[in-house]
Amino acid sequence: MERMRYLPLTSSDRAEMLSVIGAGSVDDLFVDVPESARLSGPIEGLPNHASELAVERHMTALARKNMVAGDVPFFLGCGAYRHHVPASVDHLIQRGEFLTAYTPYQPEIAQGTLQMLFEFQTQVARLLGTDVANASMYDGSTACWEAIGMARRITKKSKAILSSGLHPHYVSVAKTMAKYTGDTLETGTPVLTAETDIDQMIAAIDGDTSCVVVQYPDILGRIADLTPLAEACHAKKALLIAVVTEPVALGAVRSPGEMDADIVVGEGQSLGVGLQFGGPYVGLMGCKDKYIRQMPGRFCGETVDADGKRGFVLTLSTREQHIRREKATSNICTNSGLCALAFSIHMTLLGEAGLRRMAGINHANACRAADRLAKVPGVKLVNDVFFNEFTIDLGREARPVVRTLAERGVLAGVSLGRLYPGEDALANGLVVAVTETVTAEDIETLAKALEEVLA
Amino acid sequence: MTINQSGWKPTSPEANEASVPVTFTGNRALMLEEKLIFEIGDSETTGVDFAEGDVAGSRLGDLSRKDPIGLPGLSEPETVRHYTRLSRQNYAIDLGLFPLGSCTMKHNPRLNEKMARLPGFSDVHPLAPVDTVQGALEVIHQLAHWLVTLTGMTSVAMSPKAGAHGELCGILAIKAALEKRGEGHRKVILVPESAHGTNPATAAFAGFSVEDIPATADGRVDTDALKARLGPDVAGVMITNPNTCGLFERDLKDISDAVHAAGGYVYCDGANFNAIVGRVRPGDLGVDAMHINLHKTFSTPHGGGGPGSGPVVFSEALTPFAPLPFVEKTGEGFRLVEEENADDHHADSFGRMVAFHGQMGMFTRALTYILSHGADGLRQVAEDAVLNANYVLRSLENTLDAPFAKSGPCMHEAIFSDEGLAEGFSTIDVAKALIDEGFHPMTMYFPLVVHGAMLVEPTETESKAALDQFIGALASVAERAKAGDPSLKTAPHFAPRARLDETLAARKPVLVWKDKAA
Repeated sequence: MERMRYLPLTSSDRAEMLSVIGAGSVDDLFVDVPESARLSGPIEGLPNHASELAVERHMTALARKNMVAGDVPFFLGCGAYRHHVPASVDHLIQRGEFLTAYTPYQPEIAQGTLQMLFEFQTQVARLLGTDVANASMYDGSTACWEAIGMARRITKKSKAILSSGLHPHYVSVAKTMAKYTGDTLETGTPVLTAETDIDQMIAAIDGDTSCVVVQYPDILGRIADLTPLAEACHAKKALLIAVVTEPVALGAVRSPGEMDADIVVGEGQSLGVGLQFGGPYVGLMGCKDKYIRQMPGRFCGETVDADGKRGFVLTLSTREQHIRREKATSNICTNSGLCALAFSIHMTLLGEAGLRRMAGINHANACRAADRLAKVPGVKLVNDVFFNEFTIDLGREARPVVRTLAERGVLAGVSLGRLYPGEDALANGLVVAVTETVTAEDIETLAKALEEVLA
Repeated sequence: MTINQSGWKPTSPEANEASVPVTFTGNRALMLEEKLIFEIGDSETTGVDFAEGDVAGSRLGDLSRKDPIGLPGLSEPETVRHYTRLSRQNYAIDLGLFPLGSCTMKHNPRLNEKMARLPGFSDVHPLAPVDTVQGALEVIHQLAHWLVTLTGMTSVAMSPKAGAHGELCGILAIKAALEKRGEGHRKVILVPESAHGTNPATAAFAGFSVEDIPATADGRVDTDALKARLGPDVAGVMITNPNTCGLFERDLKDISDAVHAAGGYVYCDGANFNAIVGRVRPGDLGVDAMHINLHKTFSTPHGGGGPGSGPVVFSEALTPFAPLPFVEKTGEGFRLVEEENADDHHADSFGRMVAFHGQMGMFTRALTYILSHGADGLRQVAEDAVLNANYVLRSLENTLDAPFAKSGPCMHEAIFSDEGLAEGFSTIDVAKALIDEGFHPMTMYFPLVVHGAMLVEPTETESKAALDQFIGALASVAERAKAGDPSLKTAPHFAPRARLDETLAARKPVLVWKDKAA
């Protein structure tokens, strides 16, 4: 083949190097591959290399087949939220020194990543209201499962109670894993009412309960004081795990840590990361000090160098797979470093004042939308309280309505039929998320479109 | 050495107060010290303007936040400067050769980044109606086709979030397949002692007990020992190929046949797929499941430790057990197979591993890379990666001990040991001195089967000139280590920090910043 743009060796380089090696051809370097498994040429049926321009055309054509959230009135949430990300965030994460670095195993030449992680851990701990936080997880759903496993190790009990308000995909992930770890999960489906299931969970806690997992705000957008639940957990020596899928909410409401949750996990996608069709995202995980040695994932810690200067290193690695192998707290190797960086930069740009204002705007927009949509004939607002996401009852099956509205260029929300297929009692529910990116016109467009479709 | 009145050790052996002044700022020209955001920001400052507008309305019940959170803010210029300064304390592929063995630190093409940021990919919600995201599903489908074809396997699970998550996916599929056969009693997974630590950790997580299989003197799995251990309690094996010594497991097909005959499955750790992409299909070696690190072989950025992406290819035997969701081509377009429609033809799936569809942002990058290289280019990738590693091996085998050099060529990485270094000198001293030479060190002390292992993986994106400079530097450092040069023990001398006290960090963990005044 002619020169490929990502491969610097020239033909004469290759020849010269082969002679240093003492090999006749590159095939000689593959002698250990059994003859039956050697491919004699490029794999058939696949295209050969292409120019940057050709690839760009191909990918752009694929991208154009998707409806872009920013092009239409957009109200989807349920675990992934569309927020405005300042331009400098994406600029900074594309600096090659961040983008093309590795896990900071050589701390002397990775202080940039390490200091950033230390700052991230502190920001996350403060936001969640926990003593400490780790250097990030894959995403919220895997962090949620890891928290359940952590509670088992701490309490030496294996029955977890999962709130019916926990994101059904998070429940699904936990169910998959529990099949193999022997944990028992008590789960349920939500009811289309303003009340959460906190009282039922309090009643269900017993001496075998390792933890209660509650989402805050929950899948229908409801929020409730977790303090009584924490007390009930602790009375039975169980842990309270709180799950936050919309961290912006914590700019407006009390954090789970303040309400005495033991482990708080979250999906950090809202800040800095973007929608990206579901990934990569960034899992947040914090806990009380006394549990840090049972935490999965990476920790960055402060220390000093040989000259006495402050520096940062990955630490407490005796919990981890590369040291402990089969006795590790988790098999996790990577975190979500670059997404954690995006989260941290966005949070630094916002600061406390910016986050609280952003949260205030989200809430005000959501209140406005809820009031307007409640006026649509046939529509009932389910929630009494909410942050930037609430559920409405359309009085008829919501899933086809969402599809019809999408055809009209309005992405109206997530139907509960999509999340809970086969649950007839939920089929009329539509979860509507309203962030700072939604305009008054967007709300009016949605309301009018709903009026027409429901008429 | 003269007395250092600053109280700090000079940062190089030649340094003394006369030639290297202590600066007022602590900075050294382009090397800029940077405080923590908690020391420079405050809770009133923000770098984000929101339009005026009322924030009235409270449906928060009695949960309104009352206490401060403690989040410092910075203006945009301060933010840009803070993170730019931090970035300059990092080594990165963009700066130079990054020979971290088993990590495949190759160039990250910028077209990948541009394509991933097209709004049609970056600004699309995972729960948007399927009819509105056909392009996204098509990306997943196209990438899946490439991965299946390049590996010679039957199917691929795209959702695992990273290599270790992919291992878990493969092991859970094996477990589900065994249970389906009524052979859930098979509890043992055999793992060679040269394996990545994630292998035994993954197997143990899934409830298997792990037994080590020894390596032979030539750095490969002891096939006889492995075969001897097979039996009715063995669920399968986890083998890395090419292995972590940088060698191709010649007997893998033979091993696979034996494992299958004994009723087990073969998991292949695909971390080192870069060495064979386009030249060998793991499916031809009898592999049942293998994860592919898109951030290694397919050039998605490592990002300082993630996000990764670890799709898992499956053989026909394990395909029915693959996780949800996945993308399927229909007559009209593409659909998602999820919990609600899995029953009709995918009822044996072991379930869901992640909330949504996997690392879409990595799929767009990997597909961009794959299309750029094509079938012929990917084959050339493997050839150049192997050529570069053998060039390093042969150029240094007379300077450093190369335990497997005599047994033939290596694959994509060359391994050396610390034998022959002066008394009291070890791999870490060589590694830290390489930092002063302007390189990221190689992987140290891994795999465990080689004493003081130094695992060098140059990748195919290094020019001969870059390799020659690296070889020269490593040879020079190795000679100093053999001669017992004491300055190696205090290396690095020119990095932003000297050696850091990791023991202190672990003994008294400081994991979050606390206001010292408080």
